Amino acid sequence: MNIKLKIWRQKNAESKGAFVKYDFDGVSPEMSFLEMLDALNKKLIEEGDEPVAFDHDCREGICGTCGMYINGRPHGSVQGITTCHLSMRKFKNRATIYVEPWRAKPFPVIKDLIVDRSAFDKIMTAGGFISTNVGSAPDAHAIPVVKEKADIAFDSTICIGCGACVAACKNASAMLFLSAKVSQYALLPQGRVEAKERVQAMVLKMDELGFGNCTNTGACEAECPKNISLSNIARMNREFYKAKIT
Amino acid sequence: MTILNSKIPEDSLAEKWAKYKASAKLVNPANKKKLDIIVVGTGLAGAGAASALGELGYNVKNFCFQDTPRRAHSVAAQGGINAAKNYKNDGDSIYRLFYDMIKGGDYRAREANVYRAAEVSNDVIDHFTALGVPFARDYGGNLDNRSFGGVQVSRTFYAKGQTGQQCLLGTYSSLNRQISKGMVKMFPRREMLELVIIDGKARGIITRNLITGKIERYSAHAVVLATGGYGTIYYLSTLAVNSNPSAAWKVHKKGAFFANPSFVQIHPTSIPQLNDYQAKLTLMSESLRNDGRIWVPKKKGDKRPPNEIPEEERDYYLERRYPAFGNLVPRDVASRAAKERCDAGYGVGDTGLAVNLDFKDAIKTQGKKAIEDKYGNLFEMYETITGINPYEKPMRIYPAGHYTMGGLWVDYELMTTIQGLYAIGESNFSDHGANRLGASSLMQASGDGYFILPYTIGDYLADEIRTPRISTDLKEFEEAEKAVKERLEKLILINGKQTASSFHKRLGKIMWDYCGMTRNEKGLKKVAEKIKELKEEFWSDLKIPGELYEVNQELEKAGRVADYFELANLMVIDALNRTESCGAHFREESQTPEGEAKRDDKNFAYVAAWEYTGENKPHQLHKEKLEFEFVEVKERTYK
Ligand SMILES: Cc1cc2nc3c(=O)[nH]c(=O)nc-3n(C[C@H](O)[C@H](O)[C@H](O)COP(=O)(O)OP(=O)(O)OC[C@H]3O[C@@H](n4cnc5c(N)ncnc54)[C@H](O)[C@@H]3O)c2cc1C
Ligand code: FES
Repeated sequence: MNIKLKIWRQKNAESKGAFVKYDFDGVSPEMSFLEMLDALNKKLIEEGDEPVAFDHDCREGICGTCGMYINGRPHGSVQGITTCHLSMRKFKNRATIYVEPWRAKPFPVIKDLIVDRSAFDKIMTAGGFISTNVGSAPDAHAIPVVKEKADIAFDSTICIGCGACVAACKNASAMLFLSAKVSQYALLPQGRVEAKERVQAMVLKMDELGFGNCTNTGACEAECPKNISLSNIARMNREFYKAKIT
Repeated sequence: MTILNSKIPEDSLAEKWAKYKASAKLVNPANKKKLDIIVVGTGLAGAGAASALGELGYNVKNFCFQDTPRRAHSVAAQGGINAAKNYKNDGDSIYRLFYDMIKGGDYRAREANVYRAAEVSNDVIDHFTALGVPFARDYGGNLDNRSFGGVQVSRTFYAKGQTGQQCLLGTYSSLNRQISKGMVKMFPRREMLELVIIDGKARGIITRNLITGKIERYSAHAVVLATGGYGTIYYLSTLAVNSNPSAAWKVHKKGAFFANPSFVQIHPTSIPQLNDYQAKLTLMSESLRNDGRIWVPKKKGDKRPPNEIPEEERDYYLERRYPAFGNLVPRDVASRAAKERCDAGYGVGDTGLAVNLDFKDAIKTQGKKAIEDKYGNLFEMYETITGINPYEKPMRIYPAGHYTMGGLWVDYELMTTIQGLYAIGESNFSDHGANRLGASSLMQASGDGYFILPYTIGDYLADEIRTPRISTDLKEFEEAEKAVKERLEKLILINGKQTASSFHKRLGKIMWDYCGMTRNEKGLKKVAEKIKELKEEFWSDLKIPGELYEVNQELEKAGRVADYFELANLMVIDALNRTESCGAHFREESQTPEGEAKRDDKNFAYVAAWEYTGENKPHQLHKEKLEFEFVEVKERTYK
C-alpha cells in the first residue's frame, strides 16, 4: 500500500523542527507501525538520507520505550496498545499519517521522535519505593494479602512508563503515572509504613518538574496503552489529603 | 596458558556457600565509601547488584543503553520465577531444584554454582515480596505457584504473564532508593564500548553517550557486567531488538574467556514469523503449556481449520512421545519435537512451520475466567499480533531463539578471567549447562545480583582499600578511548550502500539455518565460510548516515553487528568442537535411535572456555572439567 507520511524532523534539542513529507509505497498491511518506519528508514539510508530517529526496544508492548503521536493521538487510534503493536492494517491505502514526538514541557525533544522522559525517573526517585534492604525480608508468607486487594494493586502496577498519559493531557499532568505507583503501595500492607511521606514527596517532585495539574478530563485514561484506571488518581488524592491532615 | 581455577569451596554441597560467606573477607563501612564499583546493566542482575552494593555503602555507577533503567530487557520476561519454597507441599526442596537444573542442563553445569542458585532462590522471593512485587495470590492471601517445563513440582511464582516486568519494577524501585540516597549514580543512554585494564585489573570502561555521541571515561575499583544475552544473533528472536552481546564481546577480546558460546536456547512457543519485514518474534510464555496441549494433524498436509479436525485425528506428539512429562518437557526437547513434525510435513498454517497450542480442554474443565486470570494478557497479545482469538481457536506457535546459556566464563565468585571483572545474570555462562529450565533465569539473575555478588566482590575489594580513586587521565584510559573512536570512525568511513540491519538479518538467517536448533559438521563448516564472506561485505559496503557526535542509531547498530560477526564465528567453532549432543546443542551426528540428544560424557564433560588470541588468530580452547560429586550422571529422559 501507499502511505503519505508527515513526520516531525528535528536535528537536535536546540534546532527547530518541521514536518517532512514522505510518499511511501513500500508498505504492507502486515507490518507493524514500527516495521513500517524501519522500512522507510532503510529506503532513506539507501537513498543517502538521514533515517527518522525513534525510540523502541521490546517491540511487544511491555518496555514502554516506544511512543509517538500518530494522527494526533498517543500510540495511534487503537485503544489499549502501544505504537509497536499498532498494525498497518488499521490504515487505509493512500492515507495521510502525521507522526510527532510527545509534546509536553517536561519531555523535551532530543531528536525527531525521541524525547527525554527522565522526569519520570525523578518522580520515582523521590519516593516510589519501599525501604527494605537486601537480606532483611521476612518469609514471603509472613504477611498474607487479601486476593482482591492484591488483584487491584496488580492492575495499577502494569504501567510501562511510556508517557502517553502526559502527552494526552492538555495540562501535561503526570497524575495517572504517579497515582498508579502510589496506589500499588497504598493497597499493599508492605507499602503502608511509608505511605504518608511517599505520596507527599512524589507529588512535590512532580510539581517541581513542571507537570501540570489534573482537571479530570480523562484523556490520560483513554490513551493509556495499559488501560490504567482514573480511579488511581482518586485514590492518590485521598492518600495525599490524608497525609496532609494527619 | 591461563589455568582455569573455578575456586569451588571444598565443603559439602550444602555447606559450600555458607562457609564461603562466613570466611569471605569484609570491607569496613568507612572503607566502602572509598571504593567505586561500575555496574553495566540494569536488568534484574545489574540493578539488583547496584542497589545491594549501594545499600552496603559502596559508590556505585550504573549504566544502561535504554533511556531509563526500568526498560532493561528483564522487563519482558513473562512466565515466572522459581524458588524452592515448597509452599505447595509437593516434595520440593533446594536439592530438588538443584537436581532439576543439573538434569535440565544435561549435566553440563557446575554443581556448586547451581546449588547456590537454588539456595538463594527463596531469599529472592522474600525480597521481592517485601519490595511490593505483586505476585499472584490465592484466596487465602498466600502466594500461588504454577509449573514450568522439565519439572514435576509447582515452584514458579508469577505475576500474570508480566513477572519480569513486576520483578524489574521492584528492582528499579530499590535502585531508585539508592539513587535518592546518592549511593548509586545512574548513567542511562550510555553504551559501554570498551573495558579499561590497568596492571591486569579491570579499572574502568569507555562509553558512548547516545545523546551527544561523546566518548566518555569512567573508572572504578571493580567492574561488573550484567549485560544480558545474545539470542539476537539470529536477528529474529524473542529478545528486545536492542539486546546485544557487544559489552561481553569487548571484554572477551580483552582477556575474558567466553564459555560454551554455542549453547543457545530455542524456545518452543513463539508466534511464528508472519512476514519478511518482521524485526522480532513474540514469545508465548512456557507457562501456557501448563494448560495448553500441543498437537498437529495425524494426516500429512491436513489443511482443515483446527477446530474441524476431530480428536482421533490429532497427534498430541509430546504426550505421545513423553508420557511422564507430556506437554511440560523441557524447552530443547519440545522445540526439536516441533521441528521434527514440521520437517516431516505435519506442520500447520500457510508455511507449515507451526504447531497448534490448544486451550479447548482447559477452558472446558476450568472455565474461561480461570484461563483468563492466568494468561489474560498473553491471550490478548496473541490476538493483537495475529488477529486470532485463542479462546476460540488454538494458537499457532513455532520455536524461536530465546536465551543464551553460553556467556562469559566465571568462577565460583562470578569473576571472569580478568581480575576485578565480574559477570552476572544472563551474561555469564554459569548455571544452566546446555539447556535452561523455564523461570530459572529471573531467579539466577536476581540471585547473582542481590545475594551472591555483593559477598564475592567484597572479598576482592578488601584487598583494594589502599588503592586510591583511579584517575581517568591515565594512559590506559586515553588509549582505550582512542581505540573506540578509531573503530567508530572506521565504520562511518566505509560509506557503502547497505544498512547495518540488512547485514544483521542475513547473518541471523544463516545462523538459524546452520547453527540453530540442530547442527551438523557439513553445515557448520559451510556457515563458517558464509560468515567470513558476509563479514567482508559488511566491512566494505556498510552505510552509516550521520555523524559520531550526535544521536546516531545506525552507528549503534553497526557497532553491534560488527561484533555479532565475530561472536557468530566463535559459536560455530564451539559447535564444531563439541561433536556430542547435549541439551540445546544438537549435533545430528550424535543422536539415539529415537532421535534424542546423545551425550558423550567421556570426551565432553567439560565447559569449553575460549580465549581470544588476536585478530584473525585461532581461539584457544581451555577446558574446565565438570565433576559430578552429588548427582549421578544419567541419560536424561523425560519419557
Ligand atoms: C520474551 C522473554 C521472556 C522471558 N521470560 C522469562 C521468564 O518467564 N522467566 C525467566 O526466568 N526468564 C525469562 N526470560 C529470560 C530472562 O528474562 C533473562 O534471561 C533475564 O531477564 C536477563 O536478565 P539480566 O539482568 O541478565 O539482563 P537484561 O535484563 O537483558 O539486562 C541487560 C542490561 O544491560 C544493559 N547493557 C547491555 N549492553 C550494554 C552496553 N554495551 N552498555 C551499557 N549497557 C548495556 C542493558 O541496557 C540492560 O540494562 C525471558 C526472556 C525473554 C526474551
Ligand atoms: S517497544 Fe517496548 S513497548 Fe513498544
